[in-house]
Amino acid sequence: MKNKTVKVDFLARVEGEGGLYVKLKGKTVADVKFRIFEPPRFFEAFMRGRDFREAPDITARICGICPVAYQMSACHAMENALGVMVGGQLRALRRLLYCGEWIESHTLHVYMLHAPDFLGYQDAIQLAKDHPDAVQRGLKLKKIGNEIVNLLGGREIHPINVRVGGFYKLPSRREFADLAERLKWARDAALETVRWVATLNFPDFQPDYLFVSLRHPDEYPFNEGRIVSNRGLDIDVRDYEKRFEEQHVEHSTSLHSVLTGSPPYCVGPIARYSLNFDRLPEPIQQVAREAGLGPVCKNPFQSIVVRSVETLYACEEALRIIAQYEPPESPAVKVEPHAASGCACTEAPRGSLYHRYRIDDRGNILDAKIVPPTSQNQNSIEQDLREFVTARINLPEAELQWQCEQAVRNYDPCISCSTHFLKLTIDRQ
Amino acid sequence: MAQILVIGIGNEYARDDAAGLLIAREIKKQAREGVEVIELSGEGAALMESWKGADTVIVIDAARSGGMPGTLHRFDACREPLPAETFRGCTHAFGLYQAVEVARSLAQLPRRLIIYAIEGRDFAAGIRLTPEFEQSMPAAVDAVTREIVALEGDPSR
Repeated sequence: MKNKTVKVDFLARVEGEGGLYVKLKGKTVADVKFRIFEPPRFFEAFMRGRDFREAPDITARICGICPVAYQMSACHAMENALGVMVGGQLRALRRLLYCGEWIESHTLHVYMLHAPDFLGYQDAIQLAKDHPDAVQRGLKLKKIGNEIVNLLGGREIHPINVRVGGFYKLPSRREFADLAERLKWARDAALETVRWVATLNFPDFQPDYLFVSLRHPDEYPFNEGRIVSNRGLDIDVRDYEKRFEEQHVEHSTSLHSVLTGSPPYCVGPIARYSLNFDRLPEPIQQVAREAGLGPVCKNPFQSIVVRSVETLYACEEALRIIAQYEPPESPAVKVEPHAASGCACTEAPRGSLYHRYRIDDRGNILDAKIVPPTSQNQNSIEQDLREFVTARINLPEAELQWQCEQAVRNYDPCISCSTHFLKLTIDRQ
Repeated sequence: MAQILVIGIGNEYARDDAAGLLIAREIKKQAREGVEVIELSGEGAALMESWKGADTVIVIDAARSGGMPGTLHRFDACREPLPAETFRGCTHAFGLYQAVEVARSLAQLPRRLIIYAIEGRDFAAGIRLTPEFEQSMPAAVDAVTREIVALEGDPSR
């Protein structure tokens, strides 16, 4: 039997640090290990003793790419603990802020990180040389997402205008009107993006996923909903920890999240889309169909199309919210602390992000729990690799390696704010 | 627009990765006329946007290429491509290195772009710089200050 070890120094185009190890014995995949190092644990400890109002801004530092998601989950969890409801225009503005984050995060991944895989380029630098118009369109589209986050969040990176109960300051109608003009361009660019990525070639790979995402009675989910799966799970967020648990695995400093008694589950764009297709407006459903997607998408390589469809939805939704904007009387609902605990789950670009906090009667944080999407997807990534490599075990080494990296990038794994890069090792025995 | 744009990048919750931000703050304290100082996370697309239309830009970042902690690298990005290995450890999938090189591909580099990268040792989650790294910070601030003074006196600018 042929013994072979292939080692790659690093897997580029993923956020943060981690490792991927694939062990092959002859014609079978003997082992797959995906390791990440997990900064949220540091933040959980760091938050103990801090004021509950600080949670959104501190947790926003966990990720430079999706700070809004951390802020939203933190705000909703604190409001859940303290029995506060944020409705009306303030609720709509939170959705608008989330639209901004989805646009910037998804567009970055689609154009700069994932598209090079499909078009045979090492990275966005090479892509930009041959496809400058596409890259410029991606950069400009991403910038509109940044502008939304900047306007509502106070600044693009680590926004500071979000608070438990709402916002510190609200933009003027005039500012929204200016933004709407640019969003109309963004909507067209997003549509062009869907059509562009629909022309890519996707490997034939459709695992039988267990999808998990939020689902809301009326909306495509951002901030609220029940946690559902495609196999009958339908629970209130308060019951999250009764069904989901985190397990230590030897090969990772990160906890692996599991749905008790179930196979690995998948969160993120393809899960969200597949569980909420009927919540997309009909014209966007039509665009998705024309791009080759059905109401369920089980091919993780098509996640690039799903991200593009979600970006288009985020542009449409942002325009709708701005068109219906009426300045509320106050930028925030008053929140007074008391001893309590609460939790929330919102849909980060990469999937469900769960936060739970316990605070004392003065509002000091006693403990915190954060379960980011990438930690939930670790088992699913390993499962994908096992299936994917098994069917392609005879591929030449370089091609196998390329496709493995691409398969990991399907998840847009965010290990950001940790360090370094992802190492890939294929060990043939 | 200011004549010289100084951009400090990093993450202040990832120990030595805060270097670029801390050096930028020291430069900001000098309150030099015509010098604008901003802080960014290092996400590449935002970087490209920040220097759009700027004539002269200095970017300060932490490096993790395995060199001695505190070693200061200087690159004139308009003259030569950045060495990928120095920036390989960037926390962003699309970070400073990619931003500079994509901007070069798209002919969107500023007229002058100087990059300072200071070697760190520990980039784990945390808020304190490693001691040997911290000791090298004043020299890095001096070097960037001298660069600004030289650029201020550059008649071609």
